[in-house]
Formats: sequence, structure tokens, C-alpha cells
Amino acid sequence: MSVAPPPSGEGATAHPDTWTVRVREAAVEALPPEKLLPDGQPTYVASWIYVFGVASIASLIVIIASGSILALKGPAWWHDTGVGHFFNSIHMWSVELFFFVMVVHLWGKFWMAAWRGGRARVWMTGAVTFLVAVPCALTGYVSQQNFDAQWISTQAKDGLNSVGVGAFFNVTNFGQMYSYHVLLLPVAVVALVSAHVLLVRRHGVVPPFELDKRRVALAASGSGEADSSPEPATGAQT
Amino acid sequence: MSLLSPKDDTQPWKGGYAPYDLIKELCIAVGVIGLLAVVLTVLFSSPDDKPSTIAQWSREQPVNFIATAAKELNGTSDTAEYGPPYNHSSGSVQHFLFLHPQRWLGVSHPINTAEDYVIDPLRTIPGDPALTSAVSEYQAAPEKTKKEWGEAYAKPLEEYETAIEEKKAPPKTVALDPSTGAVTVQASGTGPVPALMAGLLGLAKSGGLDGSLLTSNQFFQTDYTKPLLFMADGGLLGERAEAQHLLGEQWGMMNETGSYPGQAWLWLYTLWYQVEPIKSSSNADIQVMLIMGLLSLAFVCIPFLPGIRSLPRKIPIYKLIWKEHYRSQQSV
Repeated sequence: MSVAPPPSGEGATAHPDTWTVRVREAAVEALPPEKLLPDGQPTYVASWIYVFGVASIASLIVIIASGSILALKGPAWWHDTGVGHFFNSIHMWSVELFFFVMVVHLWGKFWMAAWRGGRARVWMTGAVTFLVAVPCALTGYVSQQNFDAQWISTQAKDGLNSVGVGAFFNVTNFGQMYSYHVLLLPVAVVALVSAHVLLVRRHGVVPPFELDKRRVALAASGSGEADSSPEPATGAQT
Repeated sequence: MSLLSPKDDTQPWKGGYAPYDLIKELCIAVGVIGLLAVVLTVLFSSPDDKPSTIAQWSREQPVNFIATAAKELNGTSDTAEYGPPYNHSSGSVQHFLFLHPQRWLGVSHPINTAEDYVIDPLRTIPGDPALTSAVSEYQAAPEKTKKEWGEAYAKPLEEYETAIEEKKAPPKTVALDPSTGAVTVQASGTGPVPALMAGLLGLAKSGGLDGSLLTSNQFFQTDYTKPLLFMADGGLLGERAEAQHLLGEQWGMMNETGSYPGQAWLWLYTLWYQVEPIKSSSNADIQVMLIMGLLSLAFVCIPFLPGIRSLPRKIPIYKLIWKEHYRSQQSV
């Protein structure tokens, strides 16, 4: 028995009151395909600082890929084999790279005042991503099953206990920390990064401060004198 | 315009667009970062110093092990006096003004150091009537007597540890037989405590105590709270940590063994522990956590913080970032 396919192109308007249609229409309105995956970008996006945003995502991808390989083989594998240690090293260095490029990215966005033009949520999701990435890394350090894990967990417990967090987040409990490290916190980081990227795509990359003609000339020449000139003409109040 | 909703007339971009391949850029970035990670791996690998065990500790530092175990039995170790979430003591309970979150959250991981670290493991040793009798004698004694026995036994050990720490000649009341690793403590009024400690040292050396401290009503175990806290009360972990520049005054847990970068992103958190009056405060941990909590909140809320949100316009680093843009505007 064959099933007839739904009439193409009619699904979007056939049942306008369904939840599915409402979600779809809201999603497409907020992020039409050409905005979600653009093939052009504003001409002012012309600096190496912009590389650090995509580098942060790339580092996260390498972290997840190397971490997945470690997870497939179990937490003891990397102690016992050279291949395991190799992937653990890639995992560790990609984490170091992730934090490095993310911090540069955050500083870059701070100096652009990237929250302007209704982009506060873009900044906030990025900042929270950084804050959630910290315990994500910490749970990795205390799940290593080596001397570092022993020392870091017995030291970290005091700070967490002092504010009551230790009552439900026990850094000396390997099983709990491993669960947080391979599932709960990575899911949170990926969800935050996804929200952050979608917000960037929706609002676009923050435009430059608009300057008057004299300040433009000074900025173009790279002179710091522009700083003492009058207020920017438009769009610069933060 | 309100304080939290600043004047912001940033306009949507009406200028030109340049061709851009988002997916290609991401793929190249993944390739470059992956390659960098591989190069760093090949050059530097990653640290993996073997963990310490209670067996190793008891063999290498039998006097320290016995001294620590005596404190656990007597209820005077760091863990025994810690407080929540391990017990109802108050030695490590911190507060800030009216905030007592450590106390409020209560005892969630109960540890009775005498029972969990000494008595219960000794009960697992079969075929030793003298030891069984010593355990029974200790358990049957009144609390006051237990305390007197424990203090009488612990005092020479503390003197021995202090002398070693200060690099002085240790007192002769504690004797270590290098060939067997047996520890003899010369003290009177110690009751069955020497027999308990000798039994525990033997169990620890055999590796039995490592497993015993993980035992609960489950077969599979993943919670290392008890053995880790027991070892942290002793000297081996701290000794190794000092040698690897990991102590608190050496910027602590943000480092890791060897010369690896560790958790460098924790630098601000660790910084507060190096600064007076926090450095010498008995509530240092909660103070640092609260400071970092406030700073984290401020970090997230920068778009709404007067003064901070205006810094990027006042310090014109943006002119370097958008130099090409301003140059093209000038030419137009």
C-alpha cells in the first residue's frame, strides 16, 4: 500500500492554527534562511578579531570530537594506552585553545560594545557560556583519575562547601563529576552557544561606532587624537 | 532613557556587503584548531601523574599515616572537625555576615571518621581474635575514656611530626622499624588504641583499606569522598602538591602537575586568596566565592552597567578594529 505524499507547498497554510505551524512561522520570521546562513557579510567585518568567534566554535567542535572518542572507550582508557593518551592530550589542548580564543573573542566584543543595537542578549549568552564552561572544565580536571584529580578535588571542595554548593555538587564523587562533565555541562554549553549564534545571525554583527567626518579621518589614519574630539555624531551612545 | 536602558541609536547596517562563505570558514577554522591541538599534543602531550593510594601512603609514611588515623579515631582531624556537608562539627564552617549557606544546606555526605576510617575497616579483618577483642574493648569504653586513650596515643605522634617538620631530631617515644615499616608509640594509658592502629596500618599496607573505604551497600562504587578526605588529612597529597607548585600560596588548583597551563582561566578566582585580608581570613572561601559571584553577575550584565558599558567608546580600541571601515568611509 502506498501513502500519498502531502501536497507540496500547501502545508504551511493548510492548518494555520496548529502549534507546529505557529512555531515554524515564528522561526522563519525570526531567522529566514538567508539570514541563518548568509552568503554575504557587512563590509566592516574586516579584522582578525572576528576570527576568534568562529575559532571558539571550532575549538568546541574539536573538544566534543576528542571527548566523544574518550567517552567511547571509557574513563580508564587514556591512562593505559598511547592512543588514549594522545586523544586525551588533544582534548586538553583543545580546551586550552577554547578558553584562549574565547577570552580574546570576549575582549574583542567588549571593545566593540557589541551589545549595542538591541544585542544585549548576544553579549549575555556569550558571557554565560564562558561562566558555564568553567565548571565544565573543572569537572573534567577532577574526573581525570590521576593525582591532579585528587589534589584539585580536595582543594576545590572547600570553596564549594563554603557556599553550600558542595551539598549537591560533590567534586570528590567521581561518578557525579563524570556525568556532569560528559553530559550535563556540555549540553548546557552547546545549548548556550547555539542560542548565542542564532542571536548573532538574527541581529547581525554589531556595526561600528558612527563618527563625524573629522573623527573618521583621524580613525582611518590610526591617530589617537580622535579620542579628545567631540562626541560621535550618531549611534555611539552606549 | 533609564539607567538600565541606555540611549542607543545604533542603526541597522545600510552599507555594502562582501561575499562570505560561513560554512567554509567554519570548516577551515575546525581544521586549523584541530591541527593546532595535534601539534601541541605532539610537542607537549598531557600530564598524567599516578594517583596516590592509601597503601602507598601507609608504606611510604607509616608514622604520618598512624598519626592521621589516630586523629580520625579521636575526632581531631580536619575532616572530623570540618562540619557540613560531612558532619555537625564547625571547624571549617564559614559564613559572611548573616549568610550561613554551608550550615543551611546541612550534612549531605555524612562521615564519622572514627567509625568509617578505623572501626568499620578493622571489623572486616577476619581471623584475628586479639584485634577483634581490641575493637570490642574500644567500642565498649565510655566516650571520656576513648578520648583519654586517643590523646595519650596521639601526643607522641604529634611531637614526632612537628620535629620532622621543623627538621629537628624526632623524640624517641615514636620508633619506626625501617625493615618492616612497623610503628611503635611509647605511651601509657592508651588502652587498645595501639592494637587498633597496628591492625589498621597492616590493612592499609595490604591495600585493603583503599577498597574498604569505598565499600557501601552497592557493589559498583564511584564515590571517592571518604578515601580522598582521609588522604587529604594526611601529609602525602600535600607533599606531592608542594613539589608540583600546587599549594594555595602557589596559586593552587588553577595549576596542574608539570609545566602545563592548567586552568589558567581561574586566575582571578585564585588571585583573591593571595590578597589580604582574604588571605588570612577564616572565611576566605565564602568571601572569594561571593566576590566571584558578584563579578560574574556584573560580567553578564555589562550592557546595563553605567560607566563600564561606555568604556569601549571612551577608550578607542574600536578604531583599530574598524580601521578599514573608517578608511573606506573617508575615501567615500
